[in-house]
Amino acid sequence: MTTDVTETTHPTIADGDSPEHVPAGDRVVATVSHVVLAFWSLLVLAPLLWTLLSSFKTSSEIFASPFKLPADWNFDNYVSAWTAQDIGRYFLNTVIVVGCALTIVMILGSMCAYVLARYSFWGSRFIYYLMLAGLTFPIFMAIVPLFFVLKNIGLLNTLPGLIITYVAFALPFTVFFLYPFFKALPDEIAEAAEVDGAGEWRKFFQVMLPMAKPAMASVAIFNFLGLWNQFLLPVALNTKRDNYVLSQGLAYFASQAGYNVDYGRLFAAVVITVVPVLVVYAIFQRQLQGSVTQGSSK
Amino acid sequence: MTETAVASATTEARRRRPRRSARRPLTFDRVSFFLVFLGLPLALFLVFVVWPFVQAFYYSMTDWSGFTPDMNFVGLDNYRRLLDDDIFMTALRNNVVLALVVPLVTIVLSFALATMVTVGGSSHGAARGLRNSSFYRVISFFPYTIPAIAIGLIWAQMYDPSNGLLNGVLTGLGFERFESFPWLGDTRTAMPASIFVIIWGFVGFYMVLFIAAIKGIPAEYYDAARIDGAGRLRIAWSITIPLVRETVQTAYIYLGILALDAFVYMAALNPGGGPDNATLVMPQRLLDAAFTKGQFGLASAMGVVMAIATLLFAAIVFAVNRLTGGHERVTRR
Repeated sequence: MTTDVTETTHPTIADGDSPEHVPAGDRVVATVSHVVLAFWSLLVLAPLLWTLLSSFKTSSEIFASPFKLPADWNFDNYVSAWTAQDIGRYFLNTVIVVGCALTIVMILGSMCAYVLARYSFWGSRFIYYLMLAGLTFPIFMAIVPLFFVLKNIGLLNTLPGLIITYVAFALPFTVFFLYPFFKALPDEIAEAAEVDGAGEWRKFFQVMLPMAKPAMASVAIFNFLGLWNQFLLPVALNTKRDNYVLSQGLAYFASQAGYNVDYGRLFAAVVITVVPVLVVYAIFQRQLQGSVTQGSSK
Repeated sequence: MTETAVASATTEARRRRPRRSARRPLTFDRVSFFLVFLGLPLALFLVFVVWPFVQAFYYSMTDWSGFTPDMNFVGLDNYRRLLDDDIFMTALRNNVVLALVVPLVTIVLSFALATMVTVGGSSHGAARGLRNSSFYRVISFFPYTIPAIAIGLIWAQMYDPSNGLLNGVLTGLGFERFESFPWLGDTRTAMPASIFVIIWGFVGFYMVLFIAAIKGIPAEYYDAARIDGAGRLRIAWSITIPLVRETVQTAYIYLGILALDAFVYMAALNPGGGPDNATLVMPQRLLDAAFTKGQFGLASAMGVVMAIATLLFAAIVFAVNRLTGGHERVTRR
C-alpha cells in the first residue's frame, strides 16, 4: 500500500523509553487488537474453508456432521456440477459476457471520460452529472422498461443483449473514475503530440491512453468483479436457461429441487464461481486495496 | 438527438478553447472523433439507462400489463395501491430497517478494526500501526470480491438447522438448545441473521477504506494530542473521527443504497421472503409483480418508490452531516 505515514516522522518523543520498556498499557492494547482482528479474520475464513471442505463431501457425509473430513478426496462433485448441472455452460456464458462487456466498456468508458475531461463544450457538465445520476438510481427502477427496450430490438434473452446492458450500466462508474485521471494528465504532452501532427484519434490511442494505464487497470478490476458478480440484470433480462450466467445458474441450482438439492454439488458449484475472483484478487490484491486508498484521499 | 448534441459540441469546443490553436477546421478526423468518442457511449447510455428510467415514471402511472398495447393512464392509483398493500409496506419497512442498521453497524465495526490496525501500536513516539496487520487486511477484504449470490448461498448453508457449521459450533460449545435452531426460519432471528451476512461481506472493504483515510491524517496531529495527554479513545473521538468525516459520509451513502436494495442476499438466504415475510424486500415484490403477475405499471411504481427512498436517504445523510457540524471542514495538511 502507500507509504506508511506513521513510520516517517519524529524519531521519538520520550527519549527515556528504550524499546524493551514497552508500557504495559500498550501491550494490552496491542494484544486486544490482535485478538479482535484475528477473531474477525477467523469469522471470514471459516465459512469459506468450510465450503471448500464440504465441496468434497457426499450428501450423506454432509448430513452426518458439519465437521467431519470427507472420507474420499475426489472431484466427483465438481465433475457432476460442471456437466450434469450445466455449471460448465454457465461458466462459458459468463466468460463470454463478462469478457466482451469488460473490453467494450473499458474502451467506450475511457473515450467518453477523456472527451468529458479534456474538451469543454456546451453540455459537458450536464452529461457528467447525468452519468453521476445513473450511478445513484437503483437499477430496479429501470428494469421493467429495460426489459421492453431489449424486447423491442430483439435482444431479450440473448448474450449480446446482456453484454450491451452490462456495458451501459458499467459505463457511469467507468467514466466517473477515469474522469479525474484524464483531467490530471499534463497539457504539454497533448500539445506536443498536436505539434507533431497527430490527429485526435492518434493523440488518444498513442499518447493519452497509455498514460492512463494504472487508472485503467484499477477500474478494469472493479468492473470485472462487478460484472462477474452481477445478478439482477441477468435474472430479469436473460431467462433462457441455455444463456444463464454463473450467478443465475447458482441461484437456480439452489432453488430448483427444494430440499432434494445435492449439497456436495452445490458447494462445488459455489467454489467454481468463487475461484476466478479469488485468482483475480490474489494477483491484484495490492492494486485493489491501493485504489480504494486513492479513492479516499481525493 | 445525440448527433446534434455532438455537432454543437464540436463547434462549442472550437469557440471556447482559445488557448489551444484558436480555430480548428471541422476535419473528418475531428468529426469522426467526437461522433465515436462521445456519441457512441452517450447513445448507449441514453438508450439503455436514461430512457428506461424516464419511462419508469410514465409506466408507474398506467395500468399496463405488458403484453397488450393498451395502457390506461391512471394517475397516482398505483401508488395508492402500494400504500394499501400490507405486504409491500412490510417489504418497505424491512428495507428501512436494513438502511438504518447495516450502514451503522458496518461503519462502526470497520472503523473500530481500522483504528486497531492503524494506532494499535506503541503509544510513545510517533503513532504506530499494529505490527503484522496486513494479514488481517488481506483476509477481511476478500468477501468484498465474492459474488453476493455465492455469499448468500454459503451462509444459507452455514445457518442450516441441522447440517450448518454455526449450529455445529454452538452445540459443540455446549449450547444444546441450538441443536437444530432455524436461524433463517424463525421470525426473531431471520432478519438479524440476514443483516449479519451483508455486514460480513462489507466490513473488510470499509476497513481498508478507513485505514487509508486514517493514514492520510498527518502524524503531527496525533503527536500533539498525545503530548497534551489525550488517551487512545479521546484521540479516536476528537482527532480521527472528525478528520475522516467525509469518508464516513461516502460510506454511509453507499451502504444505504445497498441496504435499500439487498435483493441478492435476501433472494439467496430466503427466496420466499422468510417467515412471516420477515426478510422480504421491495425488489422481491417488484420482480414478482412484473415478471410473475404481469403488473408492469405497479412494478414500475415500486421502482419509483425505491428510487425516492434512495434519494431521501442520501439527502438525510447529507443533512445530518451538515447539522452536526460537518460543514466546518477541517483543512487537511
